[in-house]
Amino acid sequence: MQHDDAVWNLLSQNFCSFKVKTRTNTFCKHEYNVTGLCSRQACPLANSRYATILEREGRCVMYIKTIERAHMPNKLWEKIKLPSNYTKALEIVDERMQYWPKFLVHKAKQRLTKITQYLIRKRRLKLRAKTRLVGINKKVEKRDRSREAKALRAAKLDRTIEKELLERLRSGTYDSIYNFPKVQYEKALEEEAELEEEEDEELQEEEEEEMEYEAEYDSEEDEEEEEYASSMQDMEDLGSESKNGEKFDFDDDSDLDDEEIAEEEVKKVLTSRSKTRAKGRKRKSRGVRVEVEYENEPTTSQQESNRN
Amino acid sequence: MKSVPRELSGIRDKVARRRVVLEEKAVKKKDRREARKSREKERERLGSEAPPKQEPRTLENTREHDETIVQRGDEAVTEAEQVDEFAGVFGGEVTPKILVTTGYRATRVTYEFLKDFVAVIPNIVYYKRGQYELKKIVKYATSKDFTDIIVVREDHKLLTGLVHCHLPDGPTAEYRLTSYLPSGRIRNRGKSTSHTPEVILNNFTTRLGRRVGRMIGALFPHNPEFRGRQAVTIHNQRDFLFFRFHRYVFSEAGERVRLQELGPRFTLKLKSLHGGTFDPAGGEFEWIQKKDMVTSRRRFVL
Repeated sequence: MQHDDAVWNLLSQNFCSFKVKTRTNTFCKHEYNVTGLCSRQACPLANSRYATILEREGRCVMYIKTIERAHMPNKLWEKIKLPSNYTKALEIVDERMQYWPKFLVHKAKQRLTKITQYLIRKRRLKLRAKTRLVGINKKVEKRDRSREAKALRAAKLDRTIEKELLERLRSGTYDSIYNFPKVQYEKALEEEAELEEEEDEELQEEEEEEMEYEAEYDSEEDEEEEEYASSMQDMEDLGSESKNGEKFDFDDDSDLDDEEIAEEEVKKVLTSRSKTRAKGRKRKSRGVRVEVEYENEPTTSQQESNRN
Repeated sequence: MKSVPRELSGIRDKVARRRVVLEEKAVKKKDRREARKSREKERERLGSEAPPKQEPRTLENTREHDETIVQRGDEAVTEAEQVDEFAGVFGGEVTPKILVTTGYRATRVTYEFLKDFVAVIPNIVYYKRGQYELKKIVKYATSKDFTDIIVVREDHKLLTGLVHCHLPDGPTAEYRLTSYLPSGRIRNRGKSTSHTPEVILNNFTTRLGRRVGRMIGALFPHNPEFRGRQAVTIHNQRDFLFFRFHRYVFSEAGERVRLQELGPRFTLKLKSLHGGTFDPAGGEFEWIQKKDMVTSRRRFVL
């Protein structure tokens, strides 16, 4: 009944419907072939004893063909479902293929390994969320783009934001903050006025002195300037003091870096304001004797350099 | 190019025809000017009894009627808002803590956006996306007491979208992201400080709109540091949400305010809003943009 050699002769020498010849190799399309190559060892037709492992519906199944079954082609292959546990499956393979050719045992185990691995990978991939690709409708996209541009124009963003902020200011959201420049500023103004009155008196005295010591005019002038500078300093100190007071708690120096920008601007506004006022008053009070230098110089160092 | 009016097409000489067209145009202009002047005079003469000035029609004032537009003093809505997911933040009991990440395999485009974005929102932490699924990130973030997750998406090296998921119970909003202008490319821009900015939510009128507005507003702590003088604006105009970031300064008398932009700029457009945390397959959608939805340009949802 068994004529393996005769079958192999036929298949290899003549026609085999599973045989695929390429330039470099000859392949076998038979599903049960353990290697996929057309060879005497691996041919599932020309071997009356043969075993392979295949994947059926996510499980490994062992297919075994023995000489004893050769007379009934419909039951030629015995099918054994292998357990999903890899080691147990290996044990069964070992048990069923005891004393079989080493080549077939080795290939069967190789297939078992490969199949278990890809099944694990398959399960893992299935569990992972997949990104869904969504088409972009060009027409809609284009329409949205032009509508967005029109909406932006209609929004008049700067104006609406300004309006909202002013509304907040009026409704008193910033009361704790924006009272401070006004209150402190007025306070500063009062103090400034007092200072200037004193200064005026001094000036008058000075003028009298000046008449006497005309020769020493220059040094006199310097002194006066220093005085003015110090008064300015006082005013600035006043401003910063007020800021350190109850309205602002700048006591914590930790986040001073971040506040610097914001603080600077506030300071700028405050000082520039007090200075312009100071300038104006000074001019008036001086009367006839106008000190041109004070007009442009905000700091003492500049004043000095200008004089030189 | 304007086509020639039919009554003038009989003039074959192009130069002559042009002259006639210009003459007619000048006449029309003059008429319009005179009509306006006479209207003004009339108004002055009538004083308080003058007919009201005609308003130009815009998409906004010819908007389709929408019954979900919240009227001023609608108690049902305000009560609902007192118990919604963002009430904690707006009540000041919860300080928002935000996790921000990218899509899978993000490129420079996303990272540059994030760099700008992170500077605007306080208390925000960037996490590398890696291969983590969003649902797992949601779980992780909830356990770490984050209040929001933001995912920035890109496609073909262009920013395309933004997913915003409020934690622990949602909702989740998906936006289309366009017109991103980095702070660095804004002219005369200032540099932002780390002060908590104020939030200006403009023009969110409908119930859905208010919900979306509150959701975005809940990204920022409810105790702005006014001395930072920084304001984040999310302005809704025709369902486009314009994001801007400014520093402001009031004039001495408090009559005027000047703005300095800090950037970045970008525009969002709502694509969907669903309850619960991120789950596009099983989530219950409160609103979703559909293809056949845009049948009228005067219908707005926010």
